[in-house]
Amino acid sequence: MDRINGKDIDLRVRLGGLSLRNPVMTASGTFGYAGEFSHLVDLQRLGAVVVKGISLAPRPGNPPPRVVETACGMLNAIGLENVGLEGFLAEKMEFLREINSRVIVNILGDSVREYGLLAEKLTGVKGVDALEVNISCPNVKKGGVAFGTDPAMAAEVTRVVKEGTDLPVIVKLSPNVTDITVMARAVEEAGADAVSLINTLIGMAIDPASRRPRLANIIGGLSGPAIKPVALRMVWQAARAVSIPVIGIGGIATPEDALEFLIAGATAIQVGTANFYQPRSAESIIDGLAAYLKTQGEDSIRSIIGTLQTEGD
Amino acid sequence: MPEFQEKAPLLDREVIADDIFRLTLHAPKIAAAARPGQFVMLRVGAGMDPLLRRPFSIHQIDASGNMKILFKVIGRGTAALAGVSPGSSIDCIGPLGNGFSLEKKGRLCLVGGGMGIAPLYFLASRLLQNGKRVDRDFVLLGARNHQELHIVADEFYELGYRVQTATDDGSLGHHGFVTELLDPILPAMERVCTCGPLAMMKICADKAGAADVACQVSLETHMACGLGACLGCAVRNADGGYLHVCRQGPVFDAGEVKWTG
Repeated sequence: MDRINGKDIDLRVRLGGLSLRNPVMTASGTFGYAGEFSHLVDLQRLGAVVVKGISLAPRPGNPPPRVVETACGMLNAIGLENVGLEGFLAEKMEFLREINSRVIVNILGDSVREYGLLAEKLTGVKGVDALEVNISCPNVKKGGVAFGTDPAMAAEVTRVVKEGTDLPVIVKLSPNVTDITVMARAVEEAGADAVSLINTLIGMAIDPASRRPRLANIIGGLSGPAIKPVALRMVWQAARAVSIPVIGIGGIATPEDALEFLIAGATAIQVGTANFYQPRSAESIIDGLAAYLKTQGEDSIRSIIGTLQTEGD
Repeated sequence: MPEFQEKAPLLDREVIADDIFRLTLHAPKIAAAARPGQFVMLRVGAGMDPLLRRPFSIHQIDASGNMKILFKVIGRGTAALAGVSPGSSIDCIGPLGNGFSLEKKGRLCLVGGGMGIAPLYFLASRLLQNGKRVDRDFVLLGARNHQELHIVADEFYELGYRVQTATDDGSLGHHGFVTELLDPILPAMERVCTCGPLAMMKICADKAGAADVACQVSLETHMACGLGACLGCAVRNADGGYLHVCRQGPVFDAGEVKWTG
């Protein structure tokens, strides 16, 4: 470990009841179930791995094409394809228990009940350190309106998940709302231990030659460096609005990106799309954070969090 | 299966045709582990646009750790790749995917169209190295014209295969579709391996199926990672579900794939 002023450089952070060796996680849906990257990434260096979102039953996903590159980013409409809870427990947990990193299981459902059942069934599973709740899914009973765009529904999902588990609960917020602080406050009041944001921004792309959408689903989620300024703004707003920890997500690929989010008030960050094109991004961010602390003469990453200097401060 | 990330120096850049290039990259770890039909994910430079890696099948491997990639410029990623000059490096991840059968017994016909000829050369040379008798095996190659095809066609010929060509303009070999060359040969074959445009592979699969000849196809799709994480590379399987080209493929038995719709 590097040292500064005679002390070890300390990258540890806490998210409610969850302690991490460093604030760098891999985002759900961009890192599979970790085994996909085991040859290319030193998994035990990661602060945490957030696994591909799990539903109660397996989901086959959307028809292709599912991904398309856009300027400095990509659109995806994977359709929440996943192995389902039983498949996850039977096929994926054994490996995840051995990676010597925190494991956060992302859960998704099409009803409040499904979220609650997932929380109950994942509680007590050896190796599961926390839950992240994807509320960007449509609520089938409410006509398909996304849980994450309605503060009352987001709060209800949060409450039911909290009732079903004693694991730390992170609620992953959708940016496709008018005021992110309303959503952040709603899930905080409902008991969330932390919020993570942002999920993808809804977008689309068209092929003029065929006049057809480039995704079979027509619309999809935009991610990558293109969304970073929007994500940073929302993280800054959310961090000022709530007292629970905020986890920054959105186009983070370099140590400088991560530092922006930490300075804006994020306690930790997730690396998403960058895992696809540069699998070692998370490791290089961890190295870069330590190097930054050295140049700043700081010994703890915690002394960087929320230190944005604005005029008049 | 081991996978590696290597900064591979570009040793050579051949211009095969106006928009077709062949790069020789020094990637010793990938080259040592690669099997025919596998692919690599390449990234040029460190910029954000284009952002994603691009998949390329491995075209040739030599004993000095060099790997060749054969490609046509079709968009921003391939244009960037074509613009790299010898001496600079390209970030490579691989080898990825499953690969073709290396069965040595029985007569084999390789059918390649367009850039689909690329992985078939690696297959043809590896089978020869492994001791397969190839003088009764066929290689059928299709392209737009003589310029696109003649260099690689000669290289297949030098391996000792029976090479037949077809071009859209008739400037080399048969004037028409490469699949038309398959009919007289197919009854004597035990296996067909094909890579190229989907419509061409479908015809190969149909003909092989009708003749009760085994057929392997190598599929190409958009993918963000190549590692099984993004799940963007889904194609329909014969049962109505999905196959993931990166991890379950890119080589499939023709019967696994849904060929319409």
